Amino acid sequence: MTKINMTVNGRAVSAEAEDRTLLVEFLRSGLNLTGTHVGCDTSQCGACLVHVNGEAVKSCTMLAAEAEGAEVTTIEGMANADGSLSTIQAAFQEHHGLQCGFCTPGMVMSAAALLKDNPKPSEAEVRDYLEGNICRCTGYHNIVKAIMAASGQLDAIAAE
Amino acid sequence: MPKDGGIGARSKRREDVRFLTGRGKYTDDIQLPGQTYACFARSQVANGRIAGIDTTAAEKMPGVLAVFTGEDFKDVGGNPAGWLINSRDGTPMKEPKRPVLAHGKVRHVGDAYAAVVAETYEQARDAVDAIEAEIEELPAVIDMASALANSDNLVHDEIGTNQCFDWGWIEDNREATDAAIKSAPHVTTLHLVNNRLVPNAMEPRSSTGSYDPGTGEYELRTTSQNPHLTRLLISAFVLGIPENKLTVIAPDVGGGFGSKIYHYGEEALVLAAAKRLGRPVRWTATRTEAFLTDAHGRDHVTKIELATEKDGKFIAIRTETMANVGAYLSNFSTATPTFLHGTLMAGVYSVPNVYVNVKAVFTNTAPVDAYRGAGRPEATYSIERVVDKCARELGIDPIELRRKNFIKPDMYPYTTPVALQYDSGNYDALVDKMEERGDLAGFEARAAESKSRGKLRGLGISTYIEACGIAPSNLVGQLGSRVGLYDAATVRVNATGNLSVMVGAHSHGQGHETVFPQIVADMLGIDESMIEIVHGDTSKIPFGMGTYGSRSLAVCGSAVVKATEKVITKAKLIAAHMLEAPGEEVEFEDGIFSIKGTNKTVPWGDVALKAYIPHDFPLENLEPGLEETAFYDPANFTYPSGAYACEVEVDPDTGEVDVLSFVAADDFGNVMNPMIVEGQVQGGLAQGIGQAMLENTTYDENGQLLSASYMDYTMPRADDFPMFTVDHSSVTPCTHNPLGVKGCGEAGAIGSPAAVVNAVIDAIQRGGKSDLTHIDMPLTPARVWAAMNA
Ligand code: FES
Ligand code: FES
Repeated sequence: MTKINMTVNGRAVSAEAEDRTLLVEFLRSGLNLTGTHVGCDTSQCGACLVHVNGEAVKSCTMLAAEAEGAEVTTIEGMANADGSLSTIQAAFQEHHGLQCGFCTPGMVMSAAALLKDNPKPSEAEVRDYLEGNICRCTGYHNIVKAIMAASGQLDAIAAE
Repeated sequence: MPKDGGIGARSKRREDVRFLTGRGKYTDDIQLPGQTYACFARSQVANGRIAGIDTTAAEKMPGVLAVFTGEDFKDVGGNPAGWLINSRDGTPMKEPKRPVLAHGKVRHVGDAYAAVVAETYEQARDAVDAIEAEIEELPAVIDMASALANSDNLVHDEIGTNQCFDWGWIEDNREATDAAIKSAPHVTTLHLVNNRLVPNAMEPRSSTGSYDPGTGEYELRTTSQNPHLTRLLISAFVLGIPENKLTVIAPDVGGGFGSKIYHYGEEALVLAAAKRLGRPVRWTATRTEAFLTDAHGRDHVTKIELATEKDGKFIAIRTETMANVGAYLSNFSTATPTFLHGTLMAGVYSVPNVYVNVKAVFTNTAPVDAYRGAGRPEATYSIERVVDKCARELGIDPIELRRKNFIKPDMYPYTTPVALQYDSGNYDALVDKMEERGDLAGFEARAAESKSRGKLRGLGISTYIEACGIAPSNLVGQLGSRVGLYDAATVRVNATGNLSVMVGAHSHGQGHETVFPQIVADMLGIDESMIEIVHGDTSKIPFGMGTYGSRSLAVCGSAVVKATEKVITKAKLIAAHMLEAPGEEVEFEDGIFSIKGTNKTVPWGDVALKAYIPHDFPLENLEPGLEETAFYDPANFTYPSGAYACEVEVDPDTGEVDVLSFVAADDFGNVMNPMIVEGQVQGGLAQGIGQAMLENTTYDENGQLLSASYMDYTMPRADDFPMFTVDHSSVTPCTHNPLGVKGCGEAGAIGSPAAVVNAVIDAIQRGGKSDLTHIDMPLTPARVWAAMNA
């Protein structure tokens, strides 16, 4: 067991973890931040996606120890300071971009990373970017719509 | 103007806020004090005799608290099939025992034969590796035809055959159907495979058992679509825990699509282990375990024949199907290929003769059961593919051939030759809507444009009908169901006037927490925000058969309406007492009680409060309190229907298929929340198009699952789809439930595969290869290219 220190959602945290502990397990079991989910064992579903030092990272692919000293943002840190939903979160609700909610934290984190780099993506770019996030419920339609809406381009998607 | 609340409004989902902020509580998110972890030892071989299991080394591993094998459960019950099917000769289906842990034999890769409970999951997993199991591998039974032909090689030795049943529907139709086909001027024949799918809810199954030695009470938190059914199965069949000592809680559940209807052995194990250890025991599936052990879907091999007059009028449909049930009978596995499939084999058509034969086959593969649509996608795919092929053979436009044979609006109620009575529908109106929304008139121009780019564009049509709102208990009881399929709701009015509504339906993505309040609010004339839904906990809700078969609104929603009506009746009596008038003179509108012809009124909130402060109640006539429960058992199935159009582009050089557009025109009866309905259809379409284009579950001849991860099983991704066009404006309300609703959860998955395949065949035939009439799903580039170049 080693003590691991990092900043999660703006708060300095430290907890004991085994060397083999993955970041996702550290967040879920160590810090009780259970909004980050585990949907697969081959790093493909994206349910575990968080931001590490501003970059989108699948937290099932990283050891907790590798995030020593890093700035980590999880879904729990995405709302506005007053607790209200951020633009992306609100767009997901407004456009019914989630059903069971299990893929949702990863989708929101992924969308945030996309819009940070590419504030006005095309519909095709959104679909392409979501390659690493699997949703079984929505057929992606409303996820794409929500992300386009969050980027202020609702009128740019093909007519339904 | 869209309404801003109540029935028909696009109310935003209140559950979204917790999911969007990471505050959902899924089973694996909840840590109980003292929790321990289970890990299962699973068979690496498809068929094997267990010669011995040595757990000594595992027991000594660090952190290990207990090790279980099949021996520990050999005297408890098995997990039963919920539906008894009789074969054509009248004999009952073969029903081998499905134990908690394999005993004597392992029967599929992933079949659990032992389990370790330890302080941490890693310790449990390490100890599983230390279990020494001696398993003699036997030849695997994989291919259905060989399974039926070869009785030396059996999945279950004790039943002497690999055939579960040989079912005919309806046996009395057989001779007439055979004769009609023999003498028909035209018969179209098609052999097809309905590919095996893995449901792949994104949340893997997870169960936590706990036991309180002080009270003898058990609690199971589990990923279930129907906690009461799970409790019933565990209590009555598997472990014998008294029902009133077992609470089953299904908290937030991350999708189900059928796979979480069923009771699984892991649930029984964590309960038994919790009792032995006196500590909570958690198990959560890895994705690999989910692939190996969740009940799979579909897996039919079918021959279908459609007999017609020369002008295309349908005379008869006959199908022969082999349906894979896998290694054990999962709870609804016997109903899925029979009463959810054979009964739909007339589709939306007026066809005088229909006969269906289904042979269910045991194989050394994971159990197969209901997956989104359950039987109805298989029926729809067979019918809509053969109708399309027939149209091409007769040189009739596929839409015209369908229109010619539709059941017409003046024919309802319409009894099909396969024993369903459709209550309402208007299929021509759906096709009109589909043609309009999809601009089908413009297709030829689009095809020409594709051609100019060297691509082959195709248009595929499918219609569908499904039997939903599962189900009238009386009817399903006659057909072999061992459970009733009603639902229940309790409407509790609290003293301050807000409400808790306990529902038997379970939401794992369907938005019940939003939609049920819309209905109650509409009936009471109060704000939706005053109503909270409670679901997924057997200790809090009256009873319930859960959510599957597009039943939540049609069945449980009707129970909610009934219970709310009872509340209104009682509230009127309280209002009458308060306003000093006879009960029959009280009127209730927009949350206000009034007396006919007077200006005396009392608002909802005062009546609610009065119910709990009954100082002056005439107690012999009026009880305190305001809470009512209703059970609702439907009079019939509901019959959603639709017309779907898909346009694809095929690259003749690579066989690659691009789905360019998809239009779904559905009739769901009345719509409570259009936003949620559209989401359900979009999700269903993705699963149906996924089946047609991408997904396939493959076992090799030794029974190894080749597609056991997201590396090998192609899950649909965002870039596989266009934006969908979804239209539910064609409405023929259900005639027998109070809301006039039909259900929308499965439609997309039912109607879409045939439309996709029909489109690809159309494209290839337009490209000049008119002798190509079928390609089996999924239409991967390799398959399409091979078919085009055969
Ligand atoms: S859990 Fe990390 S990608 Fe699936
Ligand atoms: S909302 Fe259920 S997996 Fe995406």
